[in-house]
Order: sequence, then C-alpha cells, then structure tokens
Amino acid sequence: MRDASPAKIYALHIGVIALLFALNFVLPDYHQGLFARIMALAVFAMGYNLLFGYVGMLSLGHAMFFSAGLYGAGLTVYHLGWGVPEAFVAGVACGAVLALVIGLLALRTSGVAFMIVTMMFAQVFYLLVLYFAAWTGGDQGLVIQQASRVITIGGASLDLTNPTVRYMSALTLFSVVLIATLAIARSRFGRVLVAIRENEERTKMLGYDTVANKLAAVVISGAICAASGAAYALLFGYVGSSFASVQYSILPLLWVLLGGAATTLGPLIGTLFMYYVTDIASSFTSAYLLIVGIALILLVLFAPKGILGSIRQRWLGWLP
Amino acid sequence: MPLLTTKGLSRHFGGLRAVDGVDFALMPGEIRAIIGPNGAGKTTFVSLLSGRIRPSSGMIVFDGADITTMPAYQRVRLGVAYTFQITSVFANLTAFDNVALPVQRTLTDGRSKGAVRTGVMAALERTGLADRVGTLAGQLSYGHQRLLEVAMGLALKPRLLILDEPTQGLADSEIDNFIALVREIAKDATVLLIEHNMPVVMQLADRITVFNSGKILAEGTPEQIRANTQVQDAYLGATHG
Amino acid sequence: MHFGPHLLLAALEGLVTSAVLALTALGLSLVFGVMRVVNVAHGEFFMLGAVLAWAISTAIAGHPAIGFVAALVIGPLLVGLVAFLAEWLVLRRLGYNPEGTIVATIGMLYIIQQLALSFYGPEARPVEPPFSYRILLPWFGYSGYKLSVVAASALLLVLTWLVLTRTRIGLIMRATQYDRETAQAFGIPVERVYAGVFAIGAMLAAIAAVLIVPISQAHYLMGQDPLLLSFIVVIIGGLGSLRGTVVAAILIGLSDGIISMFFSPTLAKIIATLVVAMVLVFRPQGLFGTTQR
Repeated sequence: MRDASPAKIYALHIGVIALLFALNFVLPDYHQGLFARIMALAVFAMGYNLLFGYVGMLSLGHAMFFSAGLYGAGLTVYHLGWGVPEAFVAGVACGAVLALVIGLLALRTSGVAFMIVTMMFAQVFYLLVLYFAAWTGGDQGLVIQQASRVITIGGASLDLTNPTVRYMSALTLFSVVLIATLAIARSRFGRVLVAIRENEERTKMLGYDTVANKLAAVVISGAICAASGAAYALLFGYVGSSFASVQYSILPLLWVLLGGAATTLGPLIGTLFMYYVTDIASSFTSAYLLIVGIALILLVLFAPKGILGSIRQRWLGWLP
Repeated sequence: MPLLTTKGLSRHFGGLRAVDGVDFALMPGEIRAIIGPNGAGKTTFVSLLSGRIRPSSGMIVFDGADITTMPAYQRVRLGVAYTFQITSVFANLTAFDNVALPVQRTLTDGRSKGAVRTGVMAALERTGLADRVGTLAGQLSYGHQRLLEVAMGLALKPRLLILDEPTQGLADSEIDNFIALVREIAKDATVLLIEHNMPVVMQLADRITVFNSGKILAEGTPEQIRANTQVQDAYLGATHG
Repeated sequence: MHFGPHLLLAALEGLVTSAVLALTALGLSLVFGVMRVVNVAHGEFFMLGAVLAWAISTAIAGHPAIGFVAALVIGPLLVGLVAFLAEWLVLRRLGYNPEGTIVATIGMLYIIQQLALSFYGPEARPVEPPFSYRILLPWFGYSGYKLSVVAASALLLVLTWLVLTRTRIGLIMRATQYDRETAQAFGIPVERVYAGVFAIGAMLAAIAAVLIVPISQAHYLMGQDPLLLSFIVVIIGGLGSLRGTVVAAILIGLSDGIISMFFSPTLAKIIATLVVAMVLVFRPQGLFGTTQR
C-alpha cells in the first residue's frame, strides 16, 4: 500500500515547522536572516510547484505573479501609505486577478506554446514595470521605510524589521502555505489535478471540466506566489524590477526541480539547498549564474525527479 | 422512447466521410453491438456520441435533450460514459485513485472520505480487482487494466456505457468473466459496444448494428444479422472467408 | 529633416534589423522545425558570435577587412562547434523531450552568458567595419556597410532556401522533420542530422551577429533582444515556414525600426510582445502558417 496514515504525514510536516521554529533561537544572525528569506521564497516555489508539479504545466512566467504581489504590496505602502495587512491582501489580490486573466488566455494553449506564452506575458509585465518607472522605481527599485513596516494591533506593535519578528512572520506564511498545499495534494481536487497531468483527455472523459480545474490551479498558484512576493516586499523592504525579470521565472523552476516536483516539502529543500550552494560559491566566485546553469543541466540530465522525488521513489513511497 | 437517437449524423475528415448521415436509435436497457470492417466508422461514430469529436452535421439526442454541441465532460455528467479502445488507465496512479476519480465526481453527499472508499471498493469488487487496490495501474496485467477501465466506467454510474473493443487482448478465460460482467452492468445501464470478437457479440447483444463505409448497412437481432447476405458479403465474408 | 526623409531613414534602419533578424530567426525556426526543440540559448549563440568576432578581429592586425573576414569565417564555425557539443552532451541524452530541453537550454543560456562576462567582461566593444563607404542620398548619407549587411543576409537566405529545397541534405532534413521514426527506418542517421541542424541553427545566429557588430557593439547581454525578437518572428511567421520567417522578419524589423524612432523603445517592445502572445493564444499556427497535419 502506498497509502500512509494521515497522522504520520501531518506529524512529518508539523515536525518540519517545529524544527524551523526552533532554528530561530539557535541560528547565528546572518543565517537567521537567510532562513527568513529562504522561507519567504520557498512559498514562491510551493506556488510554482502546485502548477508545475501537480498539474504538470511548465510556466516560464511566474515572476509576474511574484512581482504582482511584490508591487501590489510595496506600492500601496509606498504611495498610498497603506498598513501592512491591507498591503499584503492587496498584493495577493493583484496576483490572483492577474493569474485569472493570464490563465484564461494561456490555457487556450498547452505544452511548449504554454511555456512561451507565459514567458511573453511575464516579459510584458517586466517591461511595464520599467515603462512606469516613475511609480515603480524601475530597475533602481524603491526602498520601503522601516516606519511603514510596522503592524499595530490594538496597543501592541510588531516591527517587521526586527529579525525575530521577520523570521516568525516568514515562518507563519510558510507554514500556512505548506499545510494548505498538503491539504490540496491530498484532496479530491488534488487527485483531479494529478489526473490531468497524467492524461488530460481521459480526465475529461470521467466528467471533469479540466479547463476549469486548470484555471483554478493557475489562480491558486498565482495567489500563493503573490503572497510570497508581498511578504518579501514587506519583510525586506525593497521592490525592484529584477524580481519581475525572466530570471525570477526560472528560479522557482530550478528550486522545484532540485527539491522534487509534486512533493510538498521539495520546494523548501530545493530553495534551501540552492541558496546555500550559491551563498558558499559566492565567497570564491562571482559567477552565480554559472552555478544556476550547471545545476539546471545536471538536474534534467541525472535527477529529473529531484532530491525528495528520488527519495520517495527509492525508499519512502508514502511521502506526499 | 429511445434513450439515444442520432439524425443524419455525419463527420468528414477532409474528403473522407468517416460517418455519413447515420440515423440511429438505442432503447433503454438493451445491449447493442456495433460491428463492421476496419475503417467502417465505428470508433468515429461512438466518439461523436461521447463528444470527443464534433460532428460535421446532424444531431444527437440523449434522453430527450439535444446534446449535439455539448462538451464531452458534460455528457459524462448526464450519464454517457466511454471506455477507451486503447487502455488508458492512469498508469502512475494506484487502482484506488483511478477508480476514486470517477467515484468522487458522482458523489453528492459532499465531503466524507469514507463515501469515496466505499464507492471505490464496490466498483473494484464488482470487477474482481479488490485485492489490487494499492497497486499502480501501470503494473497490473493487461487484462486487469482492461477490467480497471471497466470499473472506472461503472463508477461513473452511467445510463449509457460505451465500450470500445473491450475484449481486445483478453485471454479466453478472461472473456467469459467479461461477458458475465457486461450482463450484470446491463441490469442498470444501457450498453453500446464495438466488438470484433463475433462469439462475444452473438452471446451478448440483444441487437446488432452493422457499419460499412460510414453508413448503417443492416440492423437486427443476432439471428437476423447472421442470416443477412449483404452483411456476409461486406463483413463476415471478409473476415472469415 | 522633414518627415519623409526621417521615415526613409527609419525604414532603412528597420531593413538592417530585418536582415539580421531573418538570419537569427531562421536558425531558431530550423532547430524547432526539425528537432522540435525550443532553443532558449539561441540568443547566446548570437552573442557568442559577436564576442568572438571582436576577439578575432582585434587579434588580427592589418586592414580591418582581413580581421572581419576572418571573424566571419572562424566565429560561426566555433559557435557551431559549441552548439554541436551541447547537442551531443546534453540534448541527445534528454531524448529531445520538449520540456527537458527547454530547461537544459536555459541552463546553457546562463552558462554561456556567465562565461562571456567572466572572460570578455561587462564592456561593450566595437568592431571596425571592413569598409566605410557612405552612399550619398539627396537628404543624408547612409552607411554602405549597412546596406551590404542587407545584401549578405539576402544572399544567405537564398542559399539556405536552395539547400533546403534542392539538395539531398535538405531532403534528409525535411524527411526527419516530417517523421522521425520513418526517417530512421529508411536509414537516415537522425542523430547526426539533429546535431548538424542544431549546429547550423547556432551558426546562422552567429553569422547574423558578426554582420551586426560593426554597427552595434559586442556585449555579453546582447543576446536577449534577438532571442525575443526571433521568437516573435518564428511565431508570427509560422513554424517551419522559411517564407513566413522572412516575411515576418521584415515586418517586425521595419515596424521595430519605425516604432522605436517615434515612440519609446520600451513601449514598442511591450506592444510587440503582447501582440505576439495574443497571436500564439488565438492563432497558434502563426499568421502565415497553416494548421499542421
């Protein structure tokens, strides 16, 4: 039986969250900051994984959803003076609406055409960010002041620039999204998504509106990536056009491939691994992109299932 | 009143008239076989019924409703189920998940996980696959994959089950079981099957429709078809002669 | 200058862009047409051609024409060799799986770009044109070299067309494109054809780049625009259609030249990209192509 008891699966995920919680108190300052960043970006990877891993749709344009969240949150704080929670919601909403529009258009295509169409829409988004540099700050970007990044609830205030608050905020978002993707993967909806990946025509003939299911997946994926972008803007106080560039569409693909597509914990592992590899490598070479490039090629050649995917295949068939 | 009728149903591929002005009626509860030589348009015809391809002209009525332009997945929801000629179970999913997909869609009671399991096990037991529930479909034997395909069709609770060459590749012993299975299915559903194996057709079918060059050549009981000289010329003669 | 001459200048500039673009896009189209591989690293082969042209022409002393001709011959050959190796070491092992090859060519893109940055540096460097004759028009003088680029490109396009339609190599390529398995059954060495096509595709981009460096300088990021524009051309022109590719290249090149003269280049790119994405969504066979099989 490949069916594992739900208790075991949830225990594993809660264990991972607990471990990350504990790490906050042991990690040195530098690594605490790095981990906060990794958790925020792992959310991006998890959103990407929902579409790429489970539905099997390879998008080359997810930077636009990430940066829709980034700018949706960042610009409402910067220009309109919104509070942190409202800005976060605005960011997620921007990503969801954009994903709905892009989904309606791009889902008319599939396979290679889908990859190119998503890449082109993302390119349009990137160029729009540059074109409206007066508001977005263009490639210089905008820095969101510390004063704007404080949440006040009643009398208490949470300063997102404080390392521990920042770490815990990133962990909270990460945990919510991790449990949500786990629930989706184990749900009936998740089963339909996997069926579409395996054989869309057959799924249709079981009475499923596959286009509607794919659209739902695009919107959820877009919203999750936007949540990551919004959190990034609010936690690290910077928005810039580089986050909308094609490189940020490739990175989540790389992280997910590395960690293991269609695994719930793969995106975290991939992001963590890649971040530390480049972090260590950057101490003796500036050729960061070279490592990304070599990693991509080695992965597709020798480990297309990624770290967790290979572990699941060999030893732990029950891993979700 | 017929469960399903077609009027002047046609499908052209370029200059080829794969299905050409077919008028067809199927009564509720019957087991109907469609036979005919290769390239007679049988698979195209049932593909038109299931909505996998669109007709060039003509009309399809199911249970009094015009479904000519309805998308395939909605027809499935109305109760028109189709099992593929080439086995197309989800090879990387377990037998359980394969059957759970149709089961969970027909469930109306909302969220309970137990209901899916009950439905899946019922369909697997009916097809004799209950002990394979956790096996990946791709690792099942060919015969079992065909049975799984039927289990998926059953789980849709269809009113019309279209089987495209269901016995292809089955061993003789499996065929006997299969005939018993179709008889049982026919207790609650109408069955339309394309079949090349004449003994199976003669044993199962209440009526037989013979296709040739995209048109209906003859229709009748197995005895009438067996006696029909035109059919013998066009089809039986060709395969057995 | 008045509007008329201004437009003429824009059109001439656009024609030069079209000429270079047609060659680059043809390379991309060949690779996709025959191998069904979307080569995201195509723009980097273009860049590599330009950077090598600079390296070769500066290494050779004497009249600029000698260095340029050397670059025009050696540069594309080296790029072809790199592409051949990439095909042999990576793409072949992936079984030409469409998604795997895209990810792999993205990897190549990063590797080539980073190596160019490391060894060539971040500067933009010019290559001296082989001759600097100016053609005098009534309103302005125009670079004779630029016009010769148009002529050279036209010549190469005709040559490619002849090879594709009139020679045995072309026949083999078309047979492989039409049906890989059958071609293999008829004894066509499909793997060698693929390696050759991938190399030729990259060489076409490299030739285009060598032709353009005397006009615009060599830079390690210069591959990005040609990649995007080539995609646009191939999509609009319809895949595998040489005529469509050329028509689309002229269309895109001219409109790019004219639009960017009167509007902001960013806006021009936004509109062009959006239009192409919409073409791909609503008319995937391209504006000039017909539905496949």
